[in-house]
Amino acid sequence: MPTKTYCWAIIDAMREEMARDDKVFLMGEDVAAAGGAFGASRGLLDAFGPIRVRDTPISEEIIVGMGVGAAMAGRRPIVEIMFIDFLGLCLDQIANQAAKSHYIYDGMFKMPLVIRTSSAVEMGIGPHHSQAWEALVGHIPGLKVVMPSTPRDAKGLLKSAIRDDNPVIFIEHIAMHRIKEEIEDDEDFLIPIGKADVKRAGSDVSVVASGLMVARALAAAERLAGDGISVEVIDPRTISPLDFDTISASVSKTSRCLVVSSSHKNFGFGSEVAAEIGERCFFDLDQPVRRLSPPFTPAPFGRQFDQFLNPDTDAIVAAVRDLMA
Amino acid sequence: MTQDPITLYRSMLVIRECEAQLNELFAKNLFPGYIHSYLGQEACAVGICSGLNDTDYIVSNHRGRGHYLAKGMALKPMMAEMLGKATGICGGRGGEMHAADPALGILGGNGIVGAGMPIGAGAALAAQMDGLGAVAVVFFGEGASNNGAFGETLNVAAAWNLPLIMVCENNLYAEMTPFAQTVGQPDVAARATGYGVASEIVDGNDVLAVRAAAGRAVERARAGEGPTLLELKTYRWGGHFEGDPRKYRTREEEAEWKARCPVARYRRHLVALGVEADRLGSLEAAVAAEVAEAVTFALDSPLPPPESALLKVFA
Repeated sequence: MPTKTYCWAIIDAMREEMARDDKVFLMGEDVAAAGGAFGASRGLLDAFGPIRVRDTPISEEIIVGMGVGAAMAGRRPIVEIMFIDFLGLCLDQIANQAAKSHYIYDGMFKMPLVIRTSSAVEMGIGPHHSQAWEALVGHIPGLKVVMPSTPRDAKGLLKSAIRDDNPVIFIEHIAMHRIKEEIEDDEDFLIPIGKADVKRAGSDVSVVASGLMVARALAAAERLAGDGISVEVIDPRTISPLDFDTISASVSKTSRCLVVSSSHKNFGFGSEVAAEIGERCFFDLDQPVRRLSPPFTPAPFGRQFDQFLNPDTDAIVAAVRDLMA
Repeated sequence: MTQDPITLYRSMLVIRECEAQLNELFAKNLFPGYIHSYLGQEACAVGICSGLNDTDYIVSNHRGRGHYLAKGMALKPMMAEMLGKATGICGGRGGEMHAADPALGILGGNGIVGAGMPIGAGAALAAQMDGLGAVAVVFFGEGASNNGAFGETLNVAAAWNLPLIMVCENNLYAEMTPFAQTVGQPDVAARATGYGVASEIVDGNDVLAVRAAAGRAVERARAGEGPTLLELKTYRWGGHFEGDPRKYRTREEEAEWKARCPVARYRRHLVALGVEADRLGSLEAAVAAEVAEAVTFALDSPLPPPESALLKVFA
């Protein structure tokens, strides 16, 4: 199997799906001639031409809104919002238009729209380029929210998102762009949206980790294995709809659960998991569900702040030991 | 779509009757929710849509019944939708601000002022990609021209030469605030120049003038010559919604504009052309009866069951 970076996995997914279906097109800021602000659409302009790979003005509402209109008129747009922090500029089109058109119009319109966006949590770029907003969009019915943590997941999920008839917010993480993984060389390789992945099997503690936190949870699990603590690491991969069946089956087995996320604790991803586990698994739990998240504050400019604010492997190890005490 | 003079008149009459009869329902407390009346603006929707084909797209707004009907939406399912009934064109899920018919290119209304403009640009982009000569029309009020989406839409439509017709129905009042108080330049069309978009100011109460301007804009769009902004100067007879006490304007001003009624004006034109008054009278009676039948159909139709709220969140 060929080894691909996360970034090339995304490019490959779009190239394969654009070749498969001529209704698919890509538009966003700097996606065409520049090949993407982070290089995640390199080569697509040459492969598919300027009609299907389009640089837009810096007009986020138009980028998403035209995606909505083009989808209602029979196209399958992929639109890119450069940083997830920019969603505020187009939230109406996402939350009121894309998310609700199928619903309002009684299913007369499908909404095969993929909104690709990037998180740069912990990259030290400052308070408008550092947020984990998956919970913000996860709150809106009608949207699917996908957040892959590996190149293979990124490719399989993006291909599924492009083939989905519903609006999908696809959250990439720029810091993961260079990580590599073997990926099946198969143009119909898909990973289903809404299905969590057990990244490491274990029996003592379930750690539900998303995005950037998955690798840290796995590193923590490896360290804890040396002390005889068996950690199961679950990557939901899809934030909404969240695969509670996989998570609750794990927690019922281990009786302990830690949720690690870059999203704030308040009204956040960890709160959602903890509450649902509380309802589903209360009598199986030996300890309250614990959450590790950044404090409820914006992130200043500079990596020292990011490192201070966000959970790291040491913090995960300590929290698991605490749960085992 | 060629429409003879009587068909144009009939189109306006249907809208006029719908609005009048819905207002009566509202007064009798038989209407759920808000009514955003289209009374007084009939020439706008009819003049624009009379030049469109079923394969052309329209995107409407919160004041959309005129647009739906002028583009050909069937009367009974439209009326039932307004009352939120299961027989409505959207099964009653959309209600007064949302109706659509993909087969006629009607891409919905909106509860968010200005939100339809980017959607219309997207439909225009799809039409351009299809290369079959279809165009997209966005209807919006002058109030929506103060929304950021207006500038973003005009800009990209010009940059990409989209077959988009931006139709501003300037009825002078942005919800409950006089438009003139909210702008430094009261002509919406003047803003188009700065974006490189062609524009025209048209008497929105003259259906033939609107139809002619729409014809020019559609021809440009079909020929690949890009977008046009049409500003139709008109007047909203009612308030922003029915029940709005209209403290922001005088009854004298309303009377002046009602004297410029677009339906009566076109009727006089037909009479001057030699159409017999009897023929018009029987047409008017027939339309009133047809609309009354649609209202009865809507009133008699069942509501969708509450549990249907759980359906169709996803495709």
